[in-house]
Amino acid sequence: MSNDAKPILRAVELTKQYPTVLALDHVSYEIFPGQVVCVVGPSGSGKSTFIRCLNLMDEPTGGQVWFKDQQINAPGVDINRVRQHIGMVFQHFNLFPHLTVRKNITLAPTLLKLKTQEEADATADKLLERVGLREKADAFPGQLAGGQKQRIAIVRALAMDPQVLLFDEPTSALDPEMVGEVLQVMKGLAKAGMTMAVVTHEMGFAREVANHVLFMDHGRLVEENPPQEFFGHPQSPRLKEFLSKVL
Amino acid sequence: MFLTLEWWREAFHTFGWKFSQNFLEASRWRLLANGFVTTVEITIGAVLVGLAIGFLVAVIRTTHDKTGRLKFLNFLARIFLTVIRGTPTMVQLLIIYFVIFASVNVDKLLVAIIAFGINSGAYTAEIIRAGLMAVDKGQYEAGASLGLNYYQTMTRIIVPQAFKTILPALGNELIVLLKETSISGYIAMQDLTKGGDIIRSQTYDAFMPLLAVAAIYLICVCGLSWCVTRMERRLKRNE
Repeated sequence: MSNDAKPILRAVELTKQYPTVLALDHVSYEIFPGQVVCVVGPSGSGKSTFIRCLNLMDEPTGGQVWFKDQQINAPGVDINRVRQHIGMVFQHFNLFPHLTVRKNITLAPTLLKLKTQEEADATADKLLERVGLREKADAFPGQLAGGQKQRIAIVRALAMDPQVLLFDEPTSALDPEMVGEVLQVMKGLAKAGMTMAVVTHEMGFAREVANHVLFMDHGRLVEENPPQEFFGHPQSPRLKEFLSKVL
Repeated sequence: MFLTLEWWREAFHTFGWKFSQNFLEASRWRLLANGFVTTVEITIGAVLVGLAIGFLVAVIRTTHDKTGRLKFLNFLARIFLTVIRGTPTMVQLLIIYFVIFASVNVDKLLVAIIAFGINSGAYTAEIIRAGLMAVDKGQYEAGASLGLNYYQTMTRIIVPQAFKTILPALGNELIVLLKETSISGYIAMQDLTKGGDIIRSQTYDAFMPLLAVAAIYLICVCGLSWCVTRMERRLKRNE
């Protein structure tokens, strides 16, 4: 990716003040098309808040979020329209339990009149094939294992043809033996050129797949580097300490 | 003495005679039958009014709690809930009949439906609200993250899920309502209870008409409970 390309997502001095905690402290960062950015850090460091502020799932109290040429936390912006282009995958999957897998995937594209039911069904089948879950199309989420649910959740986000995907600790709620299958799908997406921002504890994934790794602590963006540099020559003492604990 | 054949014959004979006096003579059973129809009419009407009011109030309250919008409507809704739940149903019925509709000539049935409907609406509202709030926050977020607006998220994702959790409570509210309509005699409606009471005043026998009335209510309640349980089980299956 060339650096003169325009960023897809841009955070400018992003701040989130909760009544008693400063969760996000003037974080600025740009995500360019095709990049995979991993955000790591200790729990409570603000990394989830950061990613959730990028599609205004959490409302920032200061700073700006830009999606391409549009500041999206400005008054009068139709955030629902913007979110159609920014997919999100949650820690707890948040599949719709009352709908079949196929309906989970096709609900938003059809309801928003982006696709007809036939087109949406075709997309769903194709994407399900890609994550190896074609035969689960008519199952309900309650009948699936955690790893399968998360793969469906990824498909649900992909069905909107998003320009960027946000992952909020996508493997943290999974049994260890299911983490691999979800990371495999994410690697596939990265290879196919999907722009992704991933909050994760999977250092192996960050090292192998990310273009950039961010380290956050106490709501601040402490360090940011390509993975070899990030893991090989950490600069700040906080990151050194963190890496010595998790690696 | 219960063991003698004589006693049983006597008892059977008395029962037969009383039964015919209370229900068959002068076609008094019609008082119960017509009363039952009135009770059902009031209940069905009030349930529909109650659901409409309850749903509206619940959505206002939930929207306010989740998004901070609709401040004024939420304020009105809270006053409504406080007043209706803080005063006896019977007083509300009397006020609506003798005060609000005092100078207007309206069908008493309509008055009863409105009074019980408003009352039930307050309780239904809190049932529906609890159901909407009980749906996991992640479901709202999932809807929002896909670009659905609040209304679309509500109608396609939240309400269908809330429905399952509120159905048993709504069924109970229907049962409570059915029994509560027994006070409509106070605005001179001839419902089931009043029917039994009129028979009592004509035959001077309290036992038979009042137990018959109680039995009819009980059968209705058991039937409704059975329906609710069945529906619950059917909804559970798609999970």
